[in-house]
Amino acid sequence: MSTPQNLEASSPAGGQATGTLSDGAAAVAIARTSRGAYPQRSWRKTLRRDWQLYSLLVLPLIFLLIFRYMPMAGNVIAFRRFRPGSSIFGDEWVGLRYVELFINDAKFWEVFQNTLILGALGLLIVFPLPIILALLLNEVRRIWFKRLVQTISYLPHFMSIVIVAGMVFQIFSVQGTINQVITAVGGDAVNFMQRADWFRTIYISSEVWQTVGWGTILYLAALTTIDQQLYEASRIDGANRWKQTWHITLPGIRPTMVTLLVLNIGTFMAVGFEKVLLLYNPLTYPTADVISTYLYRVGILSSNFSYATAIGLFESLIGLTLILSANAISRRLVGTSLW
Amino acid sequence: MVTDSALKDQAGAPDPTRLARRLERPTPTTVKDSRGYKVFTVINVLVLTGVMAITLYPFANIIAQSFSSEGFINAGQVNLVPRGFNVETYRTVMADNMFWINYRNTVVYTVVATTIAMVLTTTYAYAISKKNLRGRNFFIMVAVFTMFFNGGLIPNYVLINAIGFTNTIWAIVIPNAISVFNLLVMKAFFENMPDELEEAAAIDGLGTYRTLLRIVLPLSKAVIATMVLFYAVSFWNSWFQAFLYLDDARLYPVTVYLRNLIAGATTATSVAGGSSDGMTQVASNIQSVTMVLTVLPIICLYPFIQKYFVSGVMLGSVKG
Repeated sequence: MSTPQNLEASSPAGGQATGTLSDGAAAVAIARTSRGAYPQRSWRKTLRRDWQLYSLLVLPLIFLLIFRYMPMAGNVIAFRRFRPGSSIFGDEWVGLRYVELFINDAKFWEVFQNTLILGALGLLIVFPLPIILALLLNEVRRIWFKRLVQTISYLPHFMSIVIVAGMVFQIFSVQGTINQVITAVGGDAVNFMQRADWFRTIYISSEVWQTVGWGTILYLAALTTIDQQLYEASRIDGANRWKQTWHITLPGIRPTMVTLLVLNIGTFMAVGFEKVLLLYNPLTYPTADVISTYLYRVGILSSNFSYATAIGLFESLIGLTLILSANAISRRLVGTSLW
Repeated sequence: MVTDSALKDQAGAPDPTRLARRLERPTPTTVKDSRGYKVFTVINVLVLTGVMAITLYPFANIIAQSFSSEGFINAGQVNLVPRGFNVETYRTVMADNMFWINYRNTVVYTVVATTIAMVLTTTYAYAISKKNLRGRNFFIMVAVFTMFFNGGLIPNYVLINAIGFTNTIWAIVIPNAISVFNLLVMKAFFENMPDELEEAAAIDGLGTYRTLLRIVLPLSKAVIATMVLFYAVSFWNSWFQAFLYLDDARLYPVTVYLRNLIAGATTATSVAGGSSDGMTQVASNIQSVTMVLTVLPIICLYPFIQKYFVSGVMLGSVKG
């Protein structure tokens, strides 16, 4: 699951804030209607007045320009021939050659499918679990016990992916815990990490282990905002705890659920690249290889930069489309929007 | 968003302890519970205990393995309790010079990267928190857009190579300097500071720089601590950046050292060497010890830092 993020800043609702310091609303109105000389003069005034504030923006803006926007522009090599060592924007236009190349690449469609399956499994299994855990925690009356469960279940979130991968290798290894249990009940040890048919199970379980506890935080926060009088009123009406959960608690946290769902759909295509990279091996490629790992091998290990960039661009565009459409749908259906 | 009203009342001075405690408030129930609910409570406690057990088990497992002898691990007999207890593996790993070099690299990278990240994030967040800053929405959009669309792996790789960061510390500490999430958390915090403070500072003749340094930052210790922790943990845990851009083993952070152990391309072959019992078994011993030593600082700090993280995440969702 993705980290819950604050997206309020992108709100276009605050679009009025283009005015200058002291001129107030009237000046804003003028600036908006007459886009002639006035705004220019007022920019100079603004700069003279606020130059120190603007100077604070300089370094971060340079950073964003170089390390965020330059690579975005660098995607142009998906349509240009690129030679390592020459311009990072490529040498000459080749049109859609690399796009055609990957569309006709059977291997690409295989990893595309794997990506969709892992993403869908994550959405179906990993996404609802924090909600359930938060609801269970909400029913705990002993504060010390609740706090204990929270403290312990947050812990995996702080572990490096490398550590998590190391633990997965140990627990699923031939002499690891899972196989100890299997042999204890009379089964044969399975070499889980080398078996393509087990990869998805292992990947999803490690995701559950690492993210579910931490994922409860926003739901628990949302639960505290539900008006307690609703519960009292429903109790007088004879609703039991289950009915209260269904009719009060769940609707109460619905905006949080929708927001996190939208965010999760937005990161759907970017399924844990680093984790897959650590956990997979050529034997498990048939199920484990996803778009990002494929383009890593094609691009960086085999130096087909343009080809890999075309795939990466395709992936990013799908991601952007997904989050925009998920947001539009959620705004229409439940009135919750990220921005 | 839904957390809005919950946080607004204390957003001005978010006290991590109070925020964390808010999460722990039980639902008040005064009416007598039905029998069904009592049964549920018992099951609930069992389920949550199970959750804790599953969460803790892998930690217990690597600790047990780290103290076990090779033979028992290989025979599949180590789970919760060390078998053939010994501290030899710890001695072996700690005698490896490269481990300590890489460990020190991790510390250096974390400190430098966090410092750079804090400077860039704080200055940007402070500027865009000023509601009367002209062009503010543009500056906010410039940052937020990078959250939804990024250049992707290859263009980034090409860029880092082109500017000559490969095989230097800069490839690790600069490219991830601004996390938009952290930026928005800080911005929300600065926005909620009372305007009067800075107005008073302006009347006293303080410019923006000195207001920020002398008035605003000293009042923002809580959020700064939270941000430092967010960044530090993410840099401490990161490995891919180093894996991608560093070729020289002497520059690796400890996560890459560990990754190479796990991937079998072990840098510790010399350490494990001599043993004729085969690599896998020795490596799984050594892996466990390396893992324990890598997570140790975080586990030790964890009880103290957890509440800052919780409050940070909640601050981040103040208005979302």
